[in-house]
Amino acid sequence: MQWASWSAFFNMGGYAFYVWFSFGLTALCVVWEVLALRKRSQQALRLSKLLAQD
Amino acid sequence: MALKARHKRFVLIGIGLALIGLAAMLILNAFQSNMVFFYTPTQVAKGEVPKNTGFRIGGLVEAGSLKRGDDGLTINFVVTDTSKTVPVIYKGVLPDLFKEGKGVVAQGKIGADGLFVASEVLAKHDENYMPPEAAAALKSAQEQSKTLVMPTK
Amino acid sequence: MNIKWFKYSSPQTFYPLAGKMIPWFAWLAVVLAIAGLYVSFAIAPTDFQQGEAYRIIFVHVPAAWMSMFIYIVMAVWAAIGLGLNARLSAMMAQALAPTGAIFTLLALVTGSLWGKPMWGAWWVWDARLTSELILLFLYLGFMALQSSIDDPRRADRAGALLALVGVVNVPIIYFSVKWWNTLHQGSTINMGVAPKMAMTMLLGMLLMALAFWMYSIAAALMRVRCIMLERERSADWVKELSAGGKS
Repeated sequence: MQWASWSAFFNMGGYAFYVWFSFGLTALCVVWEVLALRKRSQQALRLSKLLAQD
Repeated sequence: MALKARHKRFVLIGIGLALIGLAAMLILNAFQSNMVFFYTPTQVAKGEVPKNTGFRIGGLVEAGSLKRGDDGLTINFVVTDTSKTVPVIYKGVLPDLFKEGKGVVAQGKIGADGLFVASEVLAKHDENYMPPEAAAALKSAQEQSKTLVMPTK
Repeated sequence: MNIKWFKYSSPQTFYPLAGKMIPWFAWLAVVLAIAGLYVSFAIAPTDFQQGEAYRIIFVHVPAAWMSMFIYIVMAVWAAIGLGLNARLSAMMAQALAPTGAIFTLLALVTGSLWGKPMWGAWWVWDARLTSELILLFLYLGFMALQSSIDDPRRADRAGALLALVGVVNVPIIYFSVKWWNTLHQGSTINMGVAPKMAMTMLLGMLLMALAFWMYSIAAALMRVRCIMLERERSADWVKELSAGGKS
């Protein structure tokens, strides 16, 4: 392990803002894309079901 | 016949790609001088830098050249590319990685006296990443090999 | 061999196949990301000159790799679509673009977050940064062009041409640090040379890159399924699929 304590880990040697912003933004983008794709496919399925009923 | 048309399309795509690549190469070649981010001290010495306008110089901060002014903000250092040097004066904040013997890129203007007045100083780091112990071991190994080479000189 | 290939190149057979593949790639991405994050933060040592700030490399470099790699894959699919007039290939190119754009944006933003503390600047107009920004514009241009043309076949052809023209930018990004002097450092990983980085750091970076790769495949497959449904709404296979009630 590289870290003496959890606070040292979160502090990232004084670069906490830059490091956690980078990883946080990446996670956010991934989560957003997955949710957006889920919504899009549900919508597409619903619409094609409606069309199939006609 | 269908296959032939298909082949023809791929050949056309290939020719198109080759032409675009060639055009890109020619354009980049033509703009070669505008693609440089910084000039080296050797280029400064040869007069290959833009006159009367600002530009960037890049190189290493010469070991032992760093001097801080009494106000604690003004600093003097020398940029070297190991063959030529340029003295630099700068007033402002330095990046964390600014160190003697490390890479630097400074934006500013050069005076008639040859002193480069910098308005911005950036650190240029290399592509090596290693733990401090490994760096220390590497350094001591290099120093040892230096002392071994010295007597033959 | 040929028969199989063409069989899977039709949307109605590829749609369920893609559906089966998505969870595999998604789980692989999750497992690799957990392993990658563990190595990146718990095992990889502090860097001798950049301290802990260098850990941004574990998202920055994989994101930058994916931004270039996805563009090449997208251009290849676009070329196949253009050459064979195959609609599934064009749909694959279309499905890859948003994911590629996201990774390009991430490479630019994480690079900026790395540049500020280390170089002393959020942004500089050097060849590496500028060409990566052009890559983002190429992705956005491709997406805008595709969505601005109503006829999907014409949209595919126009998009394919833009994707193919833009592919010259990828080697420019990659070699920019070699061809010109830049503020951006050179490549740590080079063909035929030992990587200029400690083994555990390299491991973390490769695991994260693999995780991003698997994620990209999963995301592109999810998106291509949406595109198939949206574009082929009136086709019989979509009607059968919808009437059958299976997803």
